[in-house]
Amino acid sequence: MSTVAPSQPAAPAAERPARPAYKVTGTRVLRAEWAKMWSLRSTWITVGLGLFFLVAFGLIAAYQFKSRLTSGRPMDRGDFANANALTLSLFGTHFAQLALGVLGVLIAAGEYSTGMIRSTLAAVPRRLPVLWSKALVYGLVALVLATVGVFVAFLAGSGIVSGTRAAMTLSDAGVVRGLLGAGLYLGLVGVIGVALGMLLRSVAGGISVLVATLMLVPGLVSLLPTTWQSHISPYLPSNAGEAMFALHHDSTTLSPGAGLAVFVLWTVAAVAGAAVRLVRSDA
Amino acid sequence: MIEAQQLTKRYGEKTAVDGLDFTVKPGTVTGFLGPNGAGKSTTMRMVVGLDAPTSGTVRVNGRRYAEHAAPLQEVGALLEAKSIHPGRSAFNHLMALAHTHGIPRRRVDEVIGLTGLESVAKKRAGAFSLGMGQRLGIAAALLGDPATVMLDEPVNGLDPEGVLWIRNLLTGLAAEGRTVFVSSHLMSEVALVADHLIVVGRGRLLADTTVQELVRQADGDQVTVASADPARLRELLTGPGVEITGQAGSEELLVTGVTARQIGTVAAEHGIALYELATRAVSLEEAFMDLTRDAVEYHGSTTTTDTPRSAA
Repeated sequence: MSTVAPSQPAAPAAERPARPAYKVTGTRVLRAEWAKMWSLRSTWITVGLGLFFLVAFGLIAAYQFKSRLTSGRPMDRGDFANANALTLSLFGTHFAQLALGVLGVLIAAGEYSTGMIRSTLAAVPRRLPVLWSKALVYGLVALVLATVGVFVAFLAGSGIVSGTRAAMTLSDAGVVRGLLGAGLYLGLVGVIGVALGMLLRSVAGGISVLVATLMLVPGLVSLLPTTWQSHISPYLPSNAGEAMFALHHDSTTLSPGAGLAVFVLWTVAAVAGAAVRLVRSDA
Repeated sequence: MIEAQQLTKRYGEKTAVDGLDFTVKPGTVTGFLGPNGAGKSTTMRMVVGLDAPTSGTVRVNGRRYAEHAAPLQEVGALLEAKSIHPGRSAFNHLMALAHTHGIPRRRVDEVIGLTGLESVAKKRAGAFSLGMGQRLGIAAALLGDPATVMLDEPVNGLDPEGVLWIRNLLTGLAAEGRTVFVSSHLMSEVALVADHLIVVGRGRLLADTTVQELVRQADGDQVTVASADPARLRELLTGPGVEITGQAGSEELLVTGVTARQIGTVAAEHGIALYELATRAVSLEEAFMDLTRDAVEYHGSTTTTDTPRSAA
């Protein structure tokens, strides 16, 4: 042990000078998930498609309604018979929910199918912040874009059908509530997509379950005895969600508030399932 | 510093890692060797918490990896399988990881420069060649300026220039006082950079040793000697720790445990003419094969070249 310079305290070799103090925080994980989301082309394409469906199909529905009305053709179809400006302009919601839900699945399950999840979890080994951040970042993005989308669709669509029996304006009772409800519904569908992606870790699996839940299960329930149906049907994710933005409610549907509560419960259940799998299973 | 204690991982019936105990120390390059399927990758995945141990623990710089405030600053890992989204550019991939720790953009540019990715940083990572992908993985591993660098099969698929670059990088990192832990199934590759070796087979620890020690522990050097009177020479050389083989009618003997110099002296003293005297050093590769022979998961019968040495 020959100390050449005894005036200097023996510093361990491993200690390099001015090592920056990095730290993982919740906000930083949010920032990272935001950056990850927008640095993929698929995000821009799917978000674009979702908005296009939302606005374009709303306008097409409004235009069809008007042209049938003016040409005097009978409107026995369920969609149009009791149509109003709100239901017409929200026609695109069914298609937009697929695009936005699928993007949610892609954002989560895409990490597993590509192997990116290993980098993600190596950077955030506590794991859960990744799920919260993905759900929050994408849920908010879907909420904001969908809300803007439905308002645009309504303003343009109500312009087309103004002067007909379907005419409505934002000041009519329930319209603003319905539009906000639709935006919130689509935002939550996005969160459910993320949760399904994280839970199933497979893009194909996540999309299948998403489509089945939102579109196939309501049809299957109609096979059940009618007395059961009335107890089950309103609480299905799709029907509870629809109650959030429907203008008229009857005994077979939930009120908007109850619909929101039930749909939020479904969302929480999906996210909770995803959280358990994320923490318990090897990545 | 990586410390594993009784580290075990089971997948159903199969035990991938079986009670491993080892310590990887700072300031040197530690090679992690074993045949395919020996549990190297699983061990490394457990170090960074991607897989949870069935039992036992592995700590990094004194704590579990997930308990660190800035994990990327503790361990930078390159795992064997690709860990990138092919649709994202190299720069965006690194930037996304940097965001989680508050690592500045300056550092991202730094590691891109360090790994020679400047010209492709804005391209989609999916279009990268194997070598470029490997460099991107290493850039990600170095991002947090980590005290421990852990690389799983880093030279796989690299061209000679890339292999050389990795070697210099590893020794450079160790010289800076970092812990460097690098896995390989190729002894020859590891021997060039590693000082310390951890050898595993079928999930079990086979050796925790240095490169020199491993060679010494192996059978040692073998001497081929051809002489006028092999039978007599054989008698003269026989002793404890000496092993001699040779075919009847052949003038050639294979001797271990005695140096060529000693054999030459003995022969001269007894007037036996020597026609050939040659030492063949046991290569690291052979030492490694000896060690792992019983632990190789998939034996290829055609590739097992039986050396004329008799088994000890």
